[in-house]
Amino acid sequence: MSYFSDIYNGIKTLLTGMRVTGKYFLTSRKGAITQQYPDNRETLKMFDRFRGEVIMPHDEENQHRCTGCQKCEIACPNGTIEIIWDRGIDEETGKKKKKIDQFVYHLSMCTMCGLCIDVCPTDAIEWGQNFENSVYDRAALTRVLNEPGSKLMPGVED
Amino acid sequence: MTTALSITKNIHDWLFSTMPEGVASIVEMTLIALVYLGIFSVAGLFLVLMERRVAAWFQLRIGPNRVGFQGLLQTMADALKLLSKELTGTVKADKFLYNLAPYFVIISSLMALAVIPFTKDFHAFDINIGIFFLIAISSIGVIGILLGGWSSNNKFALIGAMRSGVQTISYELSIGLSLLTMVLITETLQLSEIVEVQKNGWLIVQGHIPAIIAFMIFMIAGTAETNRAPFDMAEAESELGAGFHTEYSGMKFAYFFLAEFINMFIIAAIAATVFFGGWLSPFGITESIPLLGVFWFLAKTLTLVFLMMWFRWTFPRLRVDQLLTLEWKYLLPINLVNIVIMAAVVWLNLTINF
Repeated sequence: MSYFSDIYNGIKTLLTGMRVTGKYFLTSRKGAITQQYPDNRETLKMFDRFRGEVIMPHDEENQHRCTGCQKCEIACPNGTIEIIWDRGIDEETGKKKKKIDQFVYHLSMCTMCGLCIDVCPTDAIEWGQNFENSVYDRAALTRVLNEPGSKLMPGVED
Repeated sequence: MTTALSITKNIHDWLFSTMPEGVASIVEMTLIALVYLGIFSVAGLFLVLMERRVAAWFQLRIGPNRVGFQGLLQTMADALKLLSKELTGTVKADKFLYNLAPYFVIISSLMALAVIPFTKDFHAFDINIGIFFLIAISSIGVIGILLGGWSSNNKFALIGAMRSGVQTISYELSIGLSLLTMVLITETLQLSEIVEVQKNGWLIVQGHIPAIIAFMIFMIAGTAETNRAPFDMAEAESELGAGFHTEYSGMKFAYFFLAEFINMFIIAAIAATVFFGGWLSPFGITESIPLLGVFWFLAKTLTLVFLMMWFRWTFPRLRVDQLLTLEWKYLLPINLVNIVIMAAVVWLNLTINF
């Protein structure tokens, strides 16, 4: 008798499948995944997990969280990150202390593996969602991530 | 008689008044052929667009919407591109058969289009064996596919063509038998009379249970007959390249492609005519305006076309052995039993008539 139950189950499962796709068909106008990119350039927002480029966030007083430990530079498999560092005098203690001069990031060599962000002990760098990276000159892809005149946020090293 | 239909009558009278009878009938045939070619190409292009939009909506995409309003001219642009492309061929191909094959496919689907009644009197060729003619013609199309696969001298094309042959010949039986089930009610093979019979209720209502089973079998077999997914053995990209039309390019490829969509339209049109009353309006609400029959006919046909697209984008593909199992072990026995049930229903007068 499995002959008839096969037919019954076949029809039943096919109808179940058609119900699922039919639901998708009816909701497709609202739930379409497709982005009509150049048209919605103003409103298009990339999702948080998107790996566009490495950025270094600064607060309102132009302070970043990078201590210049160079762990990211060591972790990077491609030599994408280059930290040019210097020694400065700490105001509180009066001792000499390491600080970054320029955090150089070569976007053209970056594979977006994320090791630098994983390894950073102070969460100084993170993923940015910008994806429009085409430029006419390769040199424009070499960026200095820390803003000019910025300094270390107090309390990060504790 | 509405104006549009009397125009054809006027043209007919005018042709026969100005020319000798033989010339006039030839001119008339040519005109009708041109009109049908126009319908054929426009319908094919529209169906390709519809398929792409519907597929996109099933997959939560948007689909082509750039060329023209909502992408209406997209397929027109594609056809123009295909027209302008080079017709390549293989060196060792059998040139004559290779060039002949697309025309076999396209002519067979055009001939099938001729007997379908679009509305009362809008019917190019109303022969008294309409359904038989349709079944016979639709199985000629497979010769074109076999020729195309054989003559391109390509292993994969040949395997694809052979699969298509196996499939079409098997499912031909189910199509014929399920239509035969309905002929038991209509007692005629002429399509215009089949529509007339349905003025007392569409056949799917008149024949109730056996008619619904016959309709399901017809839709399954029809999908298989047109080589569409989930029965697209002939075009298995992962196994066979493109399938039987691997070696074709440009407009010859487009002929195969268009014929496939026209065949889908024809299968849906036969189903609409035989099961859902063709150009008859539901409950006869617009019976006084015969021209609206075209609208009802197209509405029913496109709904069934949509159903076939729904199948295509939902169901997983079958293997060749599963395909043949489905036909010979399931559809055929069910169909034979169904004919007996239908005969009993007609004999005992159990049909539902309004």
